[in-house]
Amino acid sequence: MSEEKTITIEVDGQTLEAKPGALLIDVTDAAGIDIPRFCYHNKLSVAASCRMCLVEVEKVPKPIPACATQVTDGMKVQTRSPVALAAQKGTMEFLLINHPLDCPICDQGGECELQDVAMGYGSDVSRFVEGKRVVPQTDVGPLIATDMTRCIHCTRCVRFGDEIAGMRELGATGRGEHMTIGTYIAHSVDSELSGNVIDLCPVGALTSKPFRYRARAWELTRRDGVAPHDSVGSNIQIHVRRNRVMRVHPRENEAVNEVWISDRDRFSYEGLYSDDRLTRPLIKKNGAWAEASWEDALEAAARGLRSVAAADADQIGTLVSPTATLEELYLAQKITRGLGSANIDHRLRQSDFRSEGPAFPWLGQSIAELEKVDAALLIGSNVRKDQPLLAHRLRKASLKGAEVHFVNPLGLDLHFDANQVVSDLAGMVHNLAGIAKAAGGSKVLAGRVSVSDEHKAIAKKLKSAGSATILLGNLAQSHPDYSILYGLASSIAESTGAALGILPAAANTIGAALAGAVPKYGAGARPAEKTGLNARTMLESPRKGYLLLGLEPGLDCANPALAKQALAGAECVVALTAYRSPSLEETADVMLPIGAFAETSGTFVNAEGAWQGFGGAVAPLGEARPGWKVLRVLGNLMDLKGFDYLSSEEVRDELQQACAGARPENDLDNTTDGEIQASAGKLMRIGEVPIYAADALVRRAAALQETKDARDAAVARANATVAGKAGVGDGDTVAVVQGGQRAKLVLRVDARVPDGCVWVAAGVPGSESLGDQFGEISLEKV
Amino acid sequence: MSALETLNKDELFTPEIRAEIDREIAKYPEGQKQSAVMAALRIVQDDNGGWLTQERMDEVAAYLDMPPIAVYEVATFYSMYEHKPVGRNKLCICTNVSCMINGSDKIVEHLNNKLGIKWGEVTEDGRFSLKEVECLGACGGAPMMQVGRKYYENLTPETLDSILDELE
Ligand code: SF4
Ligand code: FES
Ligand code: FES
Repeated sequence: MSEEKTITIEVDGQTLEAKPGALLIDVTDAAGIDIPRFCYHNKLSVAASCRMCLVEVEKVPKPIPACATQVTDGMKVQTRSPVALAAQKGTMEFLLINHPLDCPICDQGGECELQDVAMGYGSDVSRFVEGKRVVPQTDVGPLIATDMTRCIHCTRCVRFGDEIAGMRELGATGRGEHMTIGTYIAHSVDSELSGNVIDLCPVGALTSKPFRYRARAWELTRRDGVAPHDSVGSNIQIHVRRNRVMRVHPRENEAVNEVWISDRDRFSYEGLYSDDRLTRPLIKKNGAWAEASWEDALEAAARGLRSVAAADADQIGTLVSPTATLEELYLAQKITRGLGSANIDHRLRQSDFRSEGPAFPWLGQSIAELEKVDAALLIGSNVRKDQPLLAHRLRKASLKGAEVHFVNPLGLDLHFDANQVVSDLAGMVHNLAGIAKAAGGSKVLAGRVSVSDEHKAIAKKLKSAGSATILLGNLAQSHPDYSILYGLASSIAESTGAALGILPAAANTIGAALAGAVPKYGAGARPAEKTGLNARTMLESPRKGYLLLGLEPGLDCANPALAKQALAGAECVVALTAYRSPSLEETADVMLPIGAFAETSGTFVNAEGAWQGFGGAVAPLGEARPGWKVLRVLGNLMDLKGFDYLSSEEVRDELQQACAGARPENDLDNTTDGEIQASAGKLMRIGEVPIYAADALVRRAAALQETKDARDAAVARANATVAGKAGVGDGDTVAVVQGGQRAKLVLRVDARVPDGCVWVAAGVPGSESLGDQFGEISLEKV
Repeated sequence: MSALETLNKDELFTPEIRAEIDREIAKYPEGQKQSAVMAALRIVQDDNGGWLTQERMDEVAAYLDMPPIAVYEVATFYSMYEHKPVGRNKLCICTNVSCMINGSDKIVEHLNNKLGIKWGEVTEDGRFSLKEVECLGACGGAPMMQVGRKYYENLTPETLDSILDELE
């Protein structure tokens, strides 16, 4: 890049260097010179409507807005001259004429831009004696509280919806005195990023509904954290009062989440305080749960696992949640391997293990690079709901002209333009094979593929694009033919030069691989000396003893019926859990309460492989203890070597050493030429995990469970043809049957579901007894 | 959003109205359909007895590929779009300065008494409704009112009576 010319301007007597054409407000911000503003936000388009940022510029007759003024060489600016101050003061007075000044009962009080700027630039009395405008209350859903009488019409929220969320839901209706910001017709704001308007709103018009009237800004202690759900690892700030998480805000990190967080990351903290939090250790005695002391419970756990291991170490199986911290995962595998077993896995939702997959998988590029691609092919991904901020990056790429294609088992509601190739599960494999063949041949399924014009066009675009990527999403990873999809994706990547990436499902999916929570690789993603069973085979050939870390077997496994059956038949099941999950109550023998999100220190490795550490923001609830400590004691009680850590940092350092030299790589010649498992011709379940069912914490977040996304998940969906064949219609109650187990659901006729498929969510209440997420299913009238 | 996608553009409105809107769309550069929103709203309003319903606005949004809220913004900004039923003859009385000085108050009072309706109301037979408007640029003929596409100037209670008689 050539060195850009800079120009010189003078602000309040200070000489500043700037790029020609830069906005004055950006230049002064960078120099730490304060200019008040309401409508300006550096991530949004310039509206220049509030006029708060007026400054005096030499040779310009009137004060002009700094947010809409480009700097020019030699410009002389006064931000505090009498003219500028008078303009700012006047604007402030106008902004307040309709403002209710109800700060004492306003949640924004103490962290309000209007308050601050009024203090700094306003006058202490208003000359306005006329009546003030009042806007009737509106309800925009469970997450955002509105008090539109306080609105100053900066339109940040409107521009956010348009430009960032890609869903224009809020708008300014009416005019002049009657202008109000709202949805016009009462409906809820449904974007998965909607909560960001709470941060954007400079006044108390849009505030957090779950947080409403709970605390004052000045009572809160702010602790840095990392969001525990998707693999973005959004940087957050956890606001704490008296050892309780009160709310979550984003923390700026341009490389990861910019300044945004998803609603899931913002509101899931409510799940910390659900009624079924496990706060004391429990032991099952004669089929009934009894509270126990930590000593007894740990003793029982150690004894149980040891006696299984003593008879046959391979009878130990460890299943860990990919939302656990790196330290917990590392210790869980150390215990498992220390006991002589190699049966450990975090890939709970994967069902096809015919090829092992990369040792150290990743996004294939940095998160920020995603917004620079010219073409993308997403395979089996509902990226908008599964990794909302990665979808935001792709959306930016798409707005800049990138072509985005999806090969999916269901049609998506997207917030950017994309081409969606939708088919049943077997069809996905064929479509991908078609693209692979069009791209220059593939080792997989070579002879049996027909290539359509669409396949050719996609392949051509991937080849010709300056920068292209192929991404395998959550749905692909749970697909019965994941290994074939992976092989085809890698073959397309190879022949088109596109970067192959995985969209990891959970906060620490990549961390789990690095920690050695897989049967074939140990810590540092090095090949293990002894290999063992994976998450599926561990359940298909049941073990005698199980160690479970952070999962709900009925909701977190690819096949809950299978999981519960295997666990129920075991001699000893030890569960480290934050919740008294019903499926654990049914199957476990000992439950050890561990700290959930924000209650433990640890590390998450995000999609791009960045290690992001955090401290505990609050102490674990009740008698719960951080998971790494519980595992440490468990290791010691079982006389395993090397469990004398004093802090979670020591655990991390040990793992970090083991990881020295480990490079993320989505290995390209990982091909299998197996048979397609997904049966064509039979009715198959599309067991998508909805956004607010992804893990134990979010499942218990009350407000999120009331959103449209959550409500939409509690139904079965099929297109009109499929529904017609089963003799059912929209709104009917139907039974979905898998392996003799039935669940009753309301049917929605939905054209987005392809032929041969029924969409029945996984991870939601009611799905615990069903079988494979992507398996055969039947639909019956009841 | 998804609710909109289920609306099929070829089934919106009548073929005549679609043709009329298409004529408006054609006045703007390719890809700038939304520029026709004001005209489309007017056409649809005329067709709907002089006022807009939410369904109608949603249809306009779908037809022009706009988010519904963006259509609501336009429809609520301009005072000539109505959001409640109006009479077959919408009497728009100017009460701005020139008209006021020249006695618009009397005109209004006369109408209130004669028709038994106030601002924003419709006579029981649906024949008239009353709307207060700002200066229509005909101050030279104050006081004045607009009905449909026609201006009536230099109003007195007497001329008003004969005008009303002629409006069906
Ligand atoms: S609600 Fe808040 S963000 Fe939206 S326009 Fe009003 S003041 Fe601005
Ligand atoms: S911040 Fe410049 S006009 Fe609003
Ligand atoms: S004041 Fe009535 S037309 Fe101008």
